Amino acid sequence: MSTTLISSPPAGRDILRERGQREVFCGLTGIVWLHRSIQDAFFLIVGSRTCAHLMQSAAGVMIFAEPRFATAILEDKDLAGLADPNDELDKTVDRLLARRPDIKLLFLVGSCPSEVIKLDLSKAATRLSARHNPNVRVLSYSGSGIETTFTQGEDACLASMVEGLATGTKPAASLLVVGALADVVRDQFERLLTKIGIPDVQFLPPKNASEMPNIDGDTQYILAQPFLRDTSLALEKRGAQHIAASYPLGVDGTTAWLRAAAQAFDIHDSQVNSVTELPAARGRKALERYRDKLKDKTVFFFPDSQLEIPLARFLTKEVGMTALEVGTPYLHKDYLADDLTQLSAEVVISEGQDVEKQLDRCREAKPDITVCGLGLANPLEDEGFTTKWSIELIFTPIQGYDQAGDLAELFARPLHRKTRLAV
Amino acid sequence: MQLAVWTYEGPPHVGAMRVATAMTDVHFVMHAPQGDTYADLLFTMIERRNKRPPVTYTTFEARDLGSDTAEIFKDSVRDAYERFKPGALLIGESCTAELLQDNPSGLAKGLNLPVPTVGVDLPAYQRKEHWGASETFYQLVRHLARRDLQKLSADTGRPSCNLLGPTALGFRHRDDVKELAKLMEDFGIDVNIVAPLNCSAAELATVGQADFNIVLYPEVAETAARWLEREFGQPFTKTVPLGITGTRALVREVSDIVGRELSEDDIACNMPWWSRSIDSTYLTDKRVFVFGEGYRAAAAAKVASSELGFQVVGLGCYNREGARAVRETAKELGIEPLITDDYLAVEEALSEVQPELVLGTQMERHIAKRLGLPCTVISSPVHVQDFPAGYSPQYGPEGANQLFDTWVHPLVMGLEEHLLGMFREDFEFNDDAGASHLGGHGARPQQAAASEIVANPQPTNHETATVSGEPESADFTWEADAEKELKKIPFFVRGKARRNTERYAVQHNVAQITVETLYEAKAHYGR
Repeated sequence: MSTTLISSPPAGRDILRERGQREVFCGLTGIVWLHRSIQDAFFLIVGSRTCAHLMQSAAGVMIFAEPRFATAILEDKDLAGLADPNDELDKTVDRLLARRPDIKLLFLVGSCPSEVIKLDLSKAATRLSARHNPNVRVLSYSGSGIETTFTQGEDACLASMVEGLATGTKPAASLLVVGALADVVRDQFERLLTKIGIPDVQFLPPKNASEMPNIDGDTQYILAQPFLRDTSLALEKRGAQHIAASYPLGVDGTTAWLRAAAQAFDIHDSQVNSVTELPAARGRKALERYRDKLKDKTVFFFPDSQLEIPLARFLTKEVGMTALEVGTPYLHKDYLADDLTQLSAEVVISEGQDVEKQLDRCREAKPDITVCGLGLANPLEDEGFTTKWSIELIFTPIQGYDQAGDLAELFARPLHRKTRLAV
Repeated sequence: MQLAVWTYEGPPHVGAMRVATAMTDVHFVMHAPQGDTYADLLFTMIERRNKRPPVTYTTFEARDLGSDTAEIFKDSVRDAYERFKPGALLIGESCTAELLQDNPSGLAKGLNLPVPTVGVDLPAYQRKEHWGASETFYQLVRHLARRDLQKLSADTGRPSCNLLGPTALGFRHRDDVKELAKLMEDFGIDVNIVAPLNCSAAELATVGQADFNIVLYPEVAETAARWLEREFGQPFTKTVPLGITGTRALVREVSDIVGRELSEDDIACNMPWWSRSIDSTYLTDKRVFVFGEGYRAAAAAKVASSELGFQVVGLGCYNREGARAVRETAKELGIEPLITDDYLAVEEALSEVQPELVLGTQMERHIAKRLGLPCTVISSPVHVQDFPAGYSPQYGPEGANQLFDTWVHPLVMGLEEHLLGMFREDFEFNDDAGASHLGGHGARPQQAAASEIVANPQPTNHETATVSGEPESADFTWEADAEKELKKIPFFVRGKARRNTERYAVQHNVAQITVETLYEAKAHYGR
């Protein structure tokens, strides 16, 4: 509904800021990958039937078998004061934990309704932690739509873990890689970082509640995902130091990311070069296959995951595409400086959304490929646009050298399909 | 507070969206926070709609609370009207906005826009999706129906009807409508309007022109039909035209309403002969479990029993609105109805009765897959697979044909069943290979998991274990020979045989289950 053009002094670039209907997920959606990422954690949303329905629709049927999430649905009696929501919550958690003795870490996840009725979940988490100590730790965060957009849910979740991290006992400085990654990517990064010579590599989130990273003033951390502002601030509060870098998408992005980590540990560039030479060459070879298909094609991003700026950097710098508009739900410039400076001045960068107006701009721009959410994709295809669902970029291993080709292929496939089909 | 893993129904505003999206020019302005737009993808992805649902979400944020959410709402309504110029505006709110008490309907009416503006209350903490669809359709009919129109039949001399209830995201609504319209046409009855599917606000206004209403989906249209009966003197039909008996019953009802004999013999359908032909003998008393939306489940149970000769061993529904139909039918069939929206309770009931076929929703399809049972989906909630490219109605004569095909094909076929029973250890043709027409080996690992769940007194599935309370402790053990003998029983009845034998052992204080116990139990329980 409102549009403002703000000139931001450091980058000297205009940002189109919009406010209106947003066609994005709320932060609860992060649970869809987080509940698989930490294997003994359970996510209990305290919310409404809408929250449960969202999780079901967003998660689809792929994880139907054993979800490690559920919704405590607020009912009329909870709202009308006939039942004390805190007592009800305690009972619900007791039931849940009795049923799932394998849970070691329980997240109480706030939603729009729980925020509006001011149900204090952090207090509840403290109370329940004491009650179920030492078997289960209970944490809380908000994934509500009034406060968080899509990937901000992961940010809030990781931030909630930081305060409880133990102080490091090892003498050596350590590197903390922050952000949920596919197992395969995480293992590749661990191998590369160790080969480069980084003494101790830890990950947040951990694979299990028992593998929580240690942290102290000697800990340096690097973000593997661009949407982790609150987690970053929480880590700094604990004395950890941020290693600024571009994000590990594509070959150049991955090299720059690894190099930044190495430099923070005073490791010489030649060491990074010798470790990365082979995988980087392999990545470039994989990219080569798609460069002809993607070169000079134009791309338009609707806001979704905050990965848009690094993705646009990859597509323009590494496979020769042209970005027309790059929309992002939030633009945290401090954490995107390296990627942002590599985008040409002609690219429109928009923050927030007024979906009808942005659709008008997209129709005007006529991009070769439009990156958007599932609610927009089929309607745009019907108008003749070629689209790439943005959610696939979150659910596919795309970081690192050996996934660079896969990342390019995600964009090449819809274009290829369009030329293939005669229907 | 209710603990939910999966839900059968969405919140009531999703029901309202199903009605608005079904119609051609109704725009729905919903007071809702960021994130509620997820519901759009139900329509664009599951149903593959090529247009966005006609819904504007106000998208308020935490910082707006208490200050200007009402202003945001009013701006959204004005913008939506300007941009879309709808035939009618529908106004509602989602669960979070309900807590703000901004009174969106009042605010919208206060704008005095030159378009019918229909507010609908959608109590999100009490009601669910079907209720929301029903209430929305009723409010639209109430507000839009014109009272200045003559009956069509006065002009044409032919009776006319409305087909009420089909919505967006409905289970085969798209094709049922075609099937029923054709059936009416064959009997010389005009269809005035179909609503809400593909209906405009102006067309809906003419609902009163018809002589009577055919209620295709009572869970959506019965409330509106009752009001139309009262206000416009339109009788409405009560039969769900599922199966050939359902279709004939509907024709009889219509016959009575229009006061003209419509011959049931004119209904062309293969299904009755397919079911009577001797190849279908093996279907007799196949044990089926039926679960879904209430009206649909009740009708399906009748078809299963009287048109296919199955034995209905379980019947239930997840919506309170359909519970009466399910209770009545369960009573006729002599079984206990299962009324619950807790999918874990359904899973428990299903693993308890070990049916040979499950007729359910997408949820039961997953449960059945885990238990290694064949399943056909017969009811919402829907999945992308429930929107086939081809014509595939559930109602009417062609619907009856479809029911026969889709309910029978998942079963192991007659002669194959006999051979599996006779030669249980053939190295190629044995039940470990699964039903030959269903891709053979694919089904085996699930089957193994299923018998484990039934066999193991410490269920591997946490959810199952807890809801049923403490699992019964095993006071018996299986002798190796008996285990071996059990394996000779074809897989599609093995779970049942194991369960019967164990129940028999418990009841008769048998500590060691032997081959003899197995056959004692068989004699005791029958098949």
